[in-house]
Order: sequence, then C-alpha cells, then structure tokens
Amino acid sequence: MTTTIAPSRLTRFKNNRAVQRFAESTSGLIGLGLTIFIGLAALLAPVLNPYDPTTDRDYAARLQGPSWEHWFGADGLGRDILTLVWYGLRTSLVIGLVSVLLGLIIGVSLGLAAGYFRGWIEGVVGWLTDVMLAFPSILLAIAVVTITGPSVVSVMMAVGIVQIPKFIRLTRSMVLSLREQEFVQTVRAFGAQPPRIIFLHILPASLAPIVVQSTLAIGTATLEAAGLGFLGLGAQPPTPELGTMLSDAFKGGYSLSAPWTILFPGLFITLTVLAFNLLGDGLRDAIDPKGSR
Amino acid sequence: MGRYIFARLLRLIPVLLGISLLVFLFLHLIPGDPAVTMLGDRATPEQVEVLRERMGLNEPLPLQYLSFLGSLLSFNLGTSIFTGVPIWDEILLRWPATFELSVIAMLIALVVGIPAGVIAAVRKNSLIDNVMMSGSLLGVSMPVYWLGLLLVYLFAVNLQWLPASGRLGVDVGFTFAPITGFFIFDALIQGDFVAFGNILSHLVLPAVTLSTIPLAILARITRSAMLEVLSQDYIRTARAKGVVEFWVVAKHALKNAMLPVVTIVGLEFGTLLGGAILTETIFSWPGIGKWIYEGILLRDYPVVQGGIVFVAFVFVLVNLLVDISYAFLDPRIQYK
Repeated sequence: MTTTIAPSRLTRFKNNRAVQRFAESTSGLIGLGLTIFIGLAALLAPVLNPYDPTTDRDYAARLQGPSWEHWFGADGLGRDILTLVWYGLRTSLVIGLVSVLLGLIIGVSLGLAAGYFRGWIEGVVGWLTDVMLAFPSILLAIAVVTITGPSVVSVMMAVGIVQIPKFIRLTRSMVLSLREQEFVQTVRAFGAQPPRIIFLHILPASLAPIVVQSTLAIGTATLEAAGLGFLGLGAQPPTPELGTMLSDAFKGGYSLSAPWTILFPGLFITLTVLAFNLLGDGLRDAIDPKGSR
Repeated sequence: MGRYIFARLLRLIPVLLGISLLVFLFLHLIPGDPAVTMLGDRATPEQVEVLRERMGLNEPLPLQYLSFLGSLLSFNLGTSIFTGVPIWDEILLRWPATFELSVIAMLIALVVGIPAGVIAAVRKNSLIDNVMMSGSLLGVSMPVYWLGLLLVYLFAVNLQWLPASGRLGVDVGFTFAPITGFFIFDALIQGDFVAFGNILSHLVLPAVTLSTIPLAILARITRSAMLEVLSQDYIRTARAKGVVEFWVVAKHALKNAMLPVVTIVGLEFGTLLGGAILTETIFSWPGIGKWIYEGILLRDYPVVQGGIVFVAFVFVLVNLLVDISYAFLDPRIQYK
C-alpha cells in the first residue's frame, strides 16, 4: 500500500507549480543550499570539531593570524576562532529559530483572533501592534534584555517579542480577506465553531505567506541577536556566540590589530542572514509570483 | 486634507499613551528595587530611601504613572543618576550629532539607492540588475557594526585616509562656535573651511556604514515600484507618442513610483534618528544611541527611560509626517 502512495505523493510534490518555480529560482536554491550547509555544520559541530570552545586554549597562539593549526587564527585568550565561530553559529541559529518561533506563535495567534473576531479584540491588538512598532526594534530588544538580564534566553525573548507585531499584521490581513471567502462562509453556515474554522480552514490557507515571513524573520532575528551580543547583552561567557565574539574583539582593543578576530565571526553572521534572506525570497517568488519582482 | 490630518493626529493619542505606559512599566519590571539597582549593593538604606523619595517610588503605581505622564507633558524627563544633569538637557546636547549623522547617511542612501533601483528596473534581468540586487541583499544581510569595523580597519588604520572616531579632530578643535550643535552647518556659516573639511572627513565612515541598510532597501523598493509603473498603459502611450526613453523613465515613471519610496525613506529616517546605537558605539559618535547604551551599562535608568521615550516619540512623529506627505503626494487618499 505504502509503495503505491509514496511515489504518487512525490510526483504530486514535483508537479506542484510552486515547487517547480522554486526549483527554477537560482537565488532560492542558493539560499536553500546555504541554509542546509549552515544547519548541518551547526548540528554536527561536536562530531566534526573535537575542540571544546569553552575550555580549550592555546595561550602561545594568542592573537596569532590564520595558520595550518588555527585556520581562522586565535583570539585574545588563545581560543581557536574556527571552533568559536562553529559553535557560535549553533548558538546564533538556535536563538534565531527559537525567537522566530516565539514571535510566530504569539503573533499568529493574536493576528488570527483580531482578524476573525474583530471588535474590541482587534482594537486592543491593533493598539498593541502600533505601540510596539513605535519603538525601533533594537531599542525594544535592549529594553527587554535590560529587564530580564543578559543571557541566551533573554535574547530569544527580546528578539521574539520584536517579531510579534510583524506576524500580527500579516496574519490579521490574511484572515480579513479569507473570512469573507465562500469556503469559510460555507463551513460557518454548516455551524462550525470559531476554533474549528480558524485552525482547520483559515490557518492552513494563510500558511504560505507566514512561512515566507518566518524564513525572512530568522535572518532578521539572527542579525538582531548578534547586535545584542555585540552590545554585551547577549550570550555570556563562556558560551560562544558570533555577536559576542565581535564585542570581545572590539572591547578587547584587538579588533584592528588582529582583524581575523572580527572578519570570520562577521562573515558567518552575514552568510547565515544571507542564506535565510535568499531562501525567503525564493519561497516568496515561488508562492506569489505576481507579488515578487 | 485637514480632516485627514486631524484624524491621523487623533489616532496618535492612544499610541503615545501606550508608549508612555510601556516606558513607565520598563523601570518597574526590572527585578528588585529600582533604587537599589541604580545605586548598587553598597548603598546605605538612607541613600536608597532618598533616591526612592526623589523618584517618587513610594507613591502607589497609578499615581506614579500619572505623575510620569505629567512630567512627560512638561518635557521633564528627570535627571541622570550618574551626572545629575537633566535628561532633556542631555538629549538636546546629543541630538544634533545624531541628526547630522542621520541626514548625511540618508542623503547617501537616496543619492545612490534610488538611481540604482531605477537602473536595475530599466535593465531588468541584466547583469547590472543582478549585481545591484545581489549587492542590496548583501547590504541588508550584513551586521552594520561589522561593516563599520572593516571600514575603520581599511580606511582609518591601513590607508589612514579617514579618521576612525569622534566628530572633530583634536588637532583642529573648536575654531568655530557650535551655535546650533550641527557642526557641519556651524563651520560652514562661519566660513571655517578647515574645520568643515575635518568634520566632513569624520562623517564619512559612520555615515557610509549607517547608510547601508536604507540604501539597500531603497534600491529594492525603487526597483519594484518602477517595474510596477513601467508596465502600465500610460507609459506605453508615452513611448508610442515618441517620448525619449530617458524622459519616460525620469519624468513619467519615476514620479509615480515615488509613493512607496517616500514611505520607506520616512520609516528608515525615523529608525536612523532613533539613534543608531551600534554605529554610534563603533565610531564613538556622541549621539543619542551611544548615550542610551552608556545609560544601560551604568544602570542609569532615567537616561534609558528618557532616551527610549524620546526616540519612540521622534519615530512616531516622523511616521506622522510620512502619512501627511502621502496625502499631498496622492490626492486620492483624502477621499478614502
């Protein structure tokens, strides 16, 4: 039974227009390739790299440039920068993913409620969105971290909160157009309850733009998290994090005399953000070819 | 038009109240006694009590909020715990630096971003389009502070063409009177061209760094708006009438493509004015962003509170101006 179903599903997937359009998008494919590469590298860090970023130090190699022994050079404490970047990538990716998930869950829920029930709920959610969007995102994130104290969890919360209004706006606008469509009117006429209509009919229909927004948001979240790290409000030592590495080099005063201490962490932040931006753009082009230019 | 502006102003009131409420709660959500947090563990109970009294922390919370609101309305944002200087004076001192940097950064973004977007749209799918769009994607993907550090390494340390930090060289000093606080303007109106050149050289690296994101976004938005307009009938008509392609693009298309661009310019300018914390920190630029950051490090919460409230208000004000300018640019809006 399964042998007959599996190929047909695969064929259906391959024949899907959006999938075909994505397969034709060079930038989308580059983004997907980069994302897989970065994801695998982060996932397999402990397997492929035997060094422990928190304890392994080579004081003799302090601030030495790239060499066969230390491909990306060593930092001010004699730590191998390749190892730090590798593990830092893990931290940055986890922060990016978790914070977007947080923003997604809260933002989409509020957006669904505001768009479907309208009335006072829409008023309150709309007000909250306007107020949150009145703060430049990095400031809002800084305020949250100031309250919760600098740590990886705080950064996830801060960056996640910043994402909430964007998801609210997107979901609300999707729901507003979907709730008036015939298929929703029909299930409502058959007496379906709001939770059923929202989660079984409206949410699946608005999933595509939410997926695109989430992919792009991972890029933004990674950038914001690294920014907090750079200000010293992110992961605390000895947890390796890319923004914190830049901060250490800048505050330690060796960012300009040993440029490799800033070059590689920044390069990998850029690569990660670029990967998700390319992937998000590719997905948007595939799902909404008219809207993309 | 008047009704539109009035309605827009009315909608501003709940947002401003929300901002004030969030900023007020900020201080109270920090775990522990704010007075102890600010003074440190070594403070005596008497010192803590004096600060609590000074900050009105012994009053009930709703009363504290009302008095906070009253202070905001009278432009009284309290005083810095660390320097003892009124917050409003500190803001007025730093604001010109942030404003000057933001204006120059925005000018760079406009002068480079809009033509880049237009060229990319006119030469859609060509090599130049691909290069420009890849460049703009790289621009929004790069941490600005990293780019800033790289620029400093290249142009200030290696080539020694430009200064790495500050607004004015120590060797030049104040040969002009800082009347407005906008150094570049002050030096120019007083005819001090040596200082003017020095100020300009100090502006280059931070302004280029800060302009990266708005530039990249402007290029993308301009391209997409131009593509939209260029495919419309009236453009085909203009071409059919034999209008030279340059004028079709520059006069007929560009004007109508500017509406979304104006929104983005406003939003991005609002963000820049909000004090580019990261860029100002890298370049030791004595603006609002760096000041708020130092407030956080020193746990000078009135500074953080006052700074955030000011930045948010500026941001809201710029958005309001964008909306109003929208009504001027697109007369259809007032009839909605």
